[in-house]
Amino acid sequence: MTNANIRRALLSLAAPVLALLVAFLLTSLVLVALGDPVRDVWITMLSTPKPRQITNIVNGAIVLYLSAIAVAVGFKMNLFNIGVDGQYRVGSFAAALFAGQAWLPGYLNILVAIIISMVAGGLWASIAAYLKVHRGVSEVISTIMLNAIATGVVSWLLLKVAVRTPGSNAIGTKVLPESSQLEGWKLIPGASNRIYSLLILAVLVGFLYWFVLGKTRFGFDLRATGASETAAVASGVKVKRMVMTSMIASGALAGLVGMPLLFGQDFSYGTTFQSGLGFAGIGIALLGRNNPIGIAFAALLWSYLDTQANGLQIRAGVAPELVYIVQGIILFAVVIAYEGTRRLDIRLEQQRVARELAAQRAARTSEGVAA
Amino acid sequence: MSTATPTRRAEVKEKQASWLANPYARWGLLAFGGLVILSLLRVVTGANDLDSSGAIAAAFGLAVPIALAGLGGLWSERAGVVNIGLEGMMILGTWSSAFCAYHYGPWMGILGGAIGGLVGGLIHAIATVYFGVDHIVSGVALNIIGLGIAKYLASRFFTNLPGGGPTQSPPLPQPPSLSVPGIGDPLLSLERQHIFLISDFAGILRGLTTNVSVLTLITLALFVASWWALWKTAFGLRLRSVGESPAAAESLGVNVYKYKFIAVLASGALAGLGGAFLTLVASNLFRDGQTGGRGYIGLAAMIFGNWRPGGLLAGSALFGYTDAIRLRGGGGVHAILLLVAVILLLVGLWQLRKGRMLQGAGSLVVSALVAWWFFATDTVPGELAGTLPYVTTLLVLAFASQRLRMPAADGQIYRKGGH
Repeated sequence: MTNANIRRALLSLAAPVLALLVAFLLTSLVLVALGDPVRDVWITMLSTPKPRQITNIVNGAIVLYLSAIAVAVGFKMNLFNIGVDGQYRVGSFAAALFAGQAWLPGYLNILVAIIISMVAGGLWASIAAYLKVHRGVSEVISTIMLNAIATGVVSWLLLKVAVRTPGSNAIGTKVLPESSQLEGWKLIPGASNRIYSLLILAVLVGFLYWFVLGKTRFGFDLRATGASETAAVASGVKVKRMVMTSMIASGALAGLVGMPLLFGQDFSYGTTFQSGLGFAGIGIALLGRNNPIGIAFAALLWSYLDTQANGLQIRAGVAPELVYIVQGIILFAVVIAYEGTRRLDIRLEQQRVARELAAQRAARTSEGVAA
Repeated sequence: MSTATPTRRAEVKEKQASWLANPYARWGLLAFGGLVILSLLRVVTGANDLDSSGAIAAAFGLAVPIALAGLGGLWSERAGVVNIGLEGMMILGTWSSAFCAYHYGPWMGILGGAIGGLVGGLIHAIATVYFGVDHIVSGVALNIIGLGIAKYLASRFFTNLPGGGPTQSPPLPQPPSLSVPGIGDPLLSLERQHIFLISDFAGILRGLTTNVSVLTLITLALFVASWWALWKTAFGLRLRSVGESPAAAESLGVNVYKYKFIAVLASGALAGLGGAFLTLVASNLFRDGQTGGRGYIGLAAMIFGNWRPGGLLAGSALFGYTDAIRLRGGGGVHAILLLVAVILLLVGLWQLRKGRMLQGAGSLVVSALVAWWFFATDTVPGELAGTLPYVTTLLVLAFASQRLRMPAADGQIYRKGGH
């Protein structure tokens, strides 16, 4: 590893640490200004989680990880897929609808349902991709619109196929057959609840993301197009096709987001199915710098904050939504810090080059004098 | 002198011939055409609520917050800063307007809403203008923070008040509403007779002149003021030049950072006012999740309106109207299906004439499907009707994106000296 690489690694580690500190300080300032118990808040947030909570943190992180990877595929191409929310909503509904019919036995049912979810998510994203490539519509706007449309269409379809959960007002698709319900693994000692079995899915997706983007021709083309479209065109990349492919891939991955919830926890798609995971995914992808390992840490951090905040109301008398402020500040601070360290890196590099050139020139002059 | 007169006459003649080139005439014609179509649709389908004064008043009330958010978007995007943080700014506006209105009265509530949004604008401005953060990223983060701040503050300040709770404020005093005196009742009786065109006009007029909130009037004034400030003053020219070509503006001595900063602050204040309208006029309290994505619709209305105040107003009116028709039920949305079918039929025929066989055939097929939907059903389910504004925006973007022109440097990060 050269000096420059070590410096870069240190700088990119410094940024998130700095961001966490800034979030800690600013949130404390807010709490002090409003006279809320700062000490109790941080004792609650930073206490060691119990085994049960650790399971919840890991489970939350699995879902967030999938969402962030879906966003990151777009980011690598300079595409903003704000539509992960709508894509996983459509995908989860389609998968739940299919799997609930129990046409296929056990694991085969799960496998096909997951593929259906990916196809549905990909198709939903392909609308935005088509509009971007053929009609020049910004994917940011079209995916925001498609999110809202997905909400309306899915809740309408849900009403058509729904069965009422006994003893509550919630409605949902038919519950999965028991052979397709994944029980989960007891990975955390002392915890009564289990880690989603589809943790495998997250690991697999993370590996494929690293492999396809880092080690294949397609991944190289994709990153090249994201870095410089003109250069990519000059070297023969078909940009329109790349935009289509990566947007649809992002949507297909977004289709996976709801799968751990569907097969490991809810067993049907209903009005209570978790929403809003797409926006968290954007934050986590940024925090993890689109790196599969970095995103894993970011997802764990995000989920840790979410889980720990649940105790805020009881133990500190503060609304648990305080965690959104913390997460938002982290996000701001981390992007500002990344930008700052990038500029610092450039400046240090310039100084180094200038120093070396000056040294060479000095050496040459002294040689000339000696001759 | 003798040569001047014929020239002038020729000019006058030319003007008469192309009076359609006059934007006011075009808008007038468009409005009249809309009225005729609406009356026809009402008479044909018998959906009398399509343009009753109640529906128009409701549409107005729903359009104002969208229009304010859109106007906020217009300010910031004209200066080249994309603002998808409008939603977060609006949420901040709802909380702060409720807080100020409860403690200091409705007028301070309006001011408080603007200030709450301004704080959001300040965050967005600092991040995007000074730190060079990507505009979308900053907007997403702002939406997360805005939601968090509003919920946290609501539970902190509204929980122990009478009638309040962690997710909602106590009932708030409302700013006054005004009516044009003496014309409400005669217009109502005219409207009730359901005469083609005349009753429709009476209904719309009554909806626009009865019980109009002061904040609505302020909004209209802000539209005129924004148009004047952005298009008729040196300040506005500089602000827009920053959004079109910041490097060129800088070379002419315009302080790019300053103008972007001012624009984003104004954007936040306007979105915050939109939030204030939701808490003080559209309802009379702050409620969790009150904005319901209106910041995003405002952004859509602005794009729909081609980054211009007039178009934005038309877009907001359209969204407010479809929303009102949906909320009031009574078959309004169902009636609109017929209109969509006819429009698609005309578009299809026009495209066939132009020789675009594929597009024409596509339009005709969709038109037939919509017509079948109209005749085969009696109502449109509320869930689907709710997507109408979004589908409209998507269609407008898909078919008119070549005619839309956003500011040339919109969304680009500008660094002084180009680093």
